[in-house]
Amino acid sequence: MEPSIFRFVWKYSWRQQLVILALTALSLPVLYASLELPKTIVNEALGGDRFVFEFFGVELDRTGYLFALCGSFLALVVIGGALKYVLNVYSGVVAERMLRRLRFMLYEHMLRFPLPHFRRIGTGELVQMINAEVEPLGGYVAAAFTVPAFQGGTLLTILLFVFLQDWKLALAAVSLYPIQILVIPRLQRRLNALAVRRVRQVRRNAQRIGETASGILHVHADDTSLYERARFGHELGEVFFIRFDIYRTKYLIKFLNNFMGHLGPFLFFSIGGYLVIQGDLTLGALVAVLNAHKDMISPWKELLQYYQLTHDVRIKYEQVVAQFTAPRLLPRARLDADPPPDAPAFARELQAVSVVWCEEGERVLDGLTFRLPLPARVAVVGPPGSGRRAFGLVLAGLLVPESGRVRADGVDLHRLPESVLGRRIGYAGPHNWIFEGTVRDNLLYGLRHRPREADGGDPERARRRREARLSGNPPHDPAADWIDDEQGGFTSPEDRLARMVEVLRLVGLYEDVYRFGLAGRIRAGERPELARRLLEARRRVLARLAALPESRRVVEPFAVDRYNANATVAENLLFGTPVDEDLAFDRLAEHPYVQRVLTATGLLGELLGVGLRLAETVVELFAELPPEDEFFARLSFVAPEQLPELRMLLGRVDPANPAAADEADRVRLLSLALHLIPARHRLGLLTPELQRRLVEARRWLRRHLPPELEGRIAFFDPERYNDALTIEENLVFGKVRHGYPRAAQAVGELVREVLGELDLERAVVDVGLDHPCGIGGQRLGEAQRQKLAVAREVMKRPRMLVLHHVTAPLDPHDAVALTAALLEAFRDRTLVWIQPDPDQLHRFPWRIELEAGRVRRMAGPAAAEGVAADGALERETGP
Amino acid sequence: MTIQRDLRCLRQLPLFRDVDPQRLKLLAFASERVHFEPGETVCRQGEPGDAAYVILEGRARVVHEGAEGPVEVATLGPNDVVGEIAILCGVPRTATVVAETPLETLRIDRDTFLATVRQFPEIALGIMRELAVRLHETTRRLGTLVAECGARSERP
Repeated sequence: MEPSIFRFVWKYSWRQQLVILALTALSLPVLYASLELPKTIVNEALGGDRFVFEFFGVELDRTGYLFALCGSFLALVVIGGALKYVLNVYSGVVAERMLRRLRFMLYEHMLRFPLPHFRRIGTGELVQMINAEVEPLGGYVAAAFTVPAFQGGTLLTILLFVFLQDWKLALAAVSLYPIQILVIPRLQRRLNALAVRRVRQVRRNAQRIGETASGILHVHADDTSLYERARFGHELGEVFFIRFDIYRTKYLIKFLNNFMGHLGPFLFFSIGGYLVIQGDLTLGALVAVLNAHKDMISPWKELLQYYQLTHDVRIKYEQVVAQFTAPRLLPRARLDADPPPDAPAFARELQAVSVVWCEEGERVLDGLTFRLPLPARVAVVGPPGSGRRAFGLVLAGLLVPESGRVRADGVDLHRLPESVLGRRIGYAGPHNWIFEGTVRDNLLYGLRHRPREADGGDPERARRRREARLSGNPPHDPAADWIDDEQGGFTSPEDRLARMVEVLRLVGLYEDVYRFGLAGRIRAGERPELARRLLEARRRVLARLAALPESRRVVEPFAVDRYNANATVAENLLFGTPVDEDLAFDRLAEHPYVQRVLTATGLLGELLGVGLRLAETVVELFAELPPEDEFFARLSFVAPEQLPELRMLLGRVDPANPAAADEADRVRLLSLALHLIPARHRLGLLTPELQRRLVEARRWLRRHLPPELEGRIAFFDPERYNDALTIEENLVFGKVRHGYPRAAQAVGELVREVLGELDLERAVVDVGLDHPCGIGGQRLGEAQRQKLAVAREVMKRPRMLVLHHVTAPLDPHDAVALTAALLEAFRDRTLVWIQPDPDQLHRFPWRIELEAGRVRRMAGPAAAEGVAADGALERETGP
Repeated sequence: MTIQRDLRCLRQLPLFRDVDPQRLKLLAFASERVHFEPGETVCRQGEPGDAAYVILEGRARVVHEGAEGPVEVATLGPNDVVGEIAILCGVPRTATVVAETPLETLRIDRDTFLATVRQFPEIALGIMRELAVRLHETTRRLGTLVAECGARSERP
């Protein structure tokens, strides 16, 4: 990157800078003319003694001339304003482009950092630098050349004028400049040093925040929140004191500048006045000089400010760039080059020759040498400190050895671009990153190498592409199809899905994704065909349930004319799912329309009574229970801390007439009643009569639904797919009954059976693939994350898959299954399986034992013993 | 099917004789009505015990699955309790219980049951009494069996 901000600005925006200069130059005469015109109007049109005026060759009378001049003035104001507008917008655009370019360059440099560099630089710092620290640079870009050119020019012109009036006075006027030029840079240097410290300190703050967020679990688990707060407070204090010094210095400079500025008139009046009295200078000249000086103050101030800004920005730029020009950046070609013609197919041989790799000064790999015929499935074991991790990374081409080389089919891996390494080799370790996005995104992540963009006529897209080029950003559309079908081995979209299903099964993630699918939601409007088929499945599930003897009907289906005893009162009343926050079940009691419905149907008083009796029961039952008692968990709607409040409420409300209670109490009671599930709570509070009337209220609610609530409730309708419910809820279309052993399991089996019959299971898995993984995969379990990471590599169909201790987070049964599945899948390819313990070693045809960064022993299948002729097998390479 | 009825049932049980009625009401509230059809398994031998069942209505058979095949050990009826020993002693189910008629039970899950026992150790005493009785019974039957076997083997 360019070492200084000036060179950066000039290199990437000199044309634009010239345009800005030209626009500025153009605006000057306009400005001058708009200052000049009023004088002409006063002196000539109003004050002169002529009666005929010539205006651009046209003869006019006095009035005509006045209006012509005024019209010109207006025109100039408009032109001046328009020029300024254009200039501002243009400068803004230039500044923004430069900022975009700079941020992008930094990001690109980050991508080129060698892996070990990330041990030394925190994510917090990187974010801080790319986002915040370069921000002021944008503002500077627009001013970088215009301010010195324009303000400097103005200043010089005025100086020239003053010198022409009287050289002694002129000298007096500039006599203080040298002092300023001498003193201020000194102060400025101090300010610069402070600015550097501030930049570093703020970066440290960013790092602290990032670290606290990442380690939040341990902060709570170890009760160190006070310590963390103290640390962060301390860092903020550091910023404060640096800022404090900055202010003192900065405003000292300002004070000096102001003082010097006002010292000028003092000198003019004293020296100039003396000269006037002596008769060496006319009064008119002194006044002219004074006026000129007044005009000098502003550009001089601007120049000084520019000087300060320049320094500030220069330091920020240098600070950032220094961090991003890490030693040994990966060559750009490694990231961008296409596969060379001699790219190895990993079909003949893998060879390591005296590979050395150091970490923190220690030789982790120390002369690693071996030769392995490919394809081979090899287990690599070694005690801690034997260099297992580095072994995997070097073999995957992710670490460039300090000396020695790794060759595949005779080609040095580290000469190869990532278009070969990243496609033909797969790598996963004990902890892998899962990207934010869906399961599908992560599965296909390893196939997103180059976009296939339809070069359509979308003007918006074309505009974005053009703009990206102007800032040196890639023109590609991330929303385009990036999937490399050839590498994935797909011929059609169905094929993609089939392959994903296959890989999910292989890594043991299929059942999880199936469950994600059942818990997923679809929009019937977007996928009418799927919704139709799911409705068919629902009919089948319901028919199957209805055919069971009453005692085995584990689901109570939603029926519009029947009260569902296994659902809450609220669900029974709405007979649908709220789409909106306002109508969420927890807040339903507050909703004016719900209250209206209950009032109109005469149920409000009854339900308040139910709520009251429920409150009484709860208070009676739980009165003497300590708040930590597990019985509270049984009561889904009352938390222990709410008990005292409930008790007070019972004291306030008249049991004979709960409707007379105040608004808040009524809402509380109603809310209690709405949460009641008769089949679960068995309190006998909802009589059959009340249930019948609730079903009527349900009808009333639907019939009188105000237009503004239209579409806010997804009503249950056996003939329609309900977008607000999950797929499983749509299929079961009812509530699992309370009091039936293994009901949930039975329902699951039934659903699966029906999906299987209708060939819908894959479609459900397809929906499950859209399950979001969360930031860093946090919405998945640890084992799920790990399996997904392995699946991502398998999807790539690599020629060689390097896996370092990937079974670490898996339970033993899953670990064995995964090993077996991978061994089978890589029968004709290369699988490098690195693990700390020798379990399962016997299942691999090849074995390598590491010790202290070298191959201690290597063994192959009996059939390959012939290779041993060159000494690659059964050879002790250790001391 | 209300909690009041369940409460009456619980109160009749010798096991809960000494438990404070207030607490018993809570127990009734926290437990769940579970229905079994004839032939359905209430609990299976060898599985970990996650709940105890109080039989409210119907009959169930207790079957021990030995090496020689299943042997019916006992029949349970209303007010009998199933599975409290597995919970209290942390051992797997010692036998399989199968509903013989439609069976109405009150399911008390492990945590709820243990919490109640902690507060009312009398329940544990009751169970100990029960265990002692059963042990006595088993020992007596074992003695008889041994005597019978001895008698048989002495015959040439």
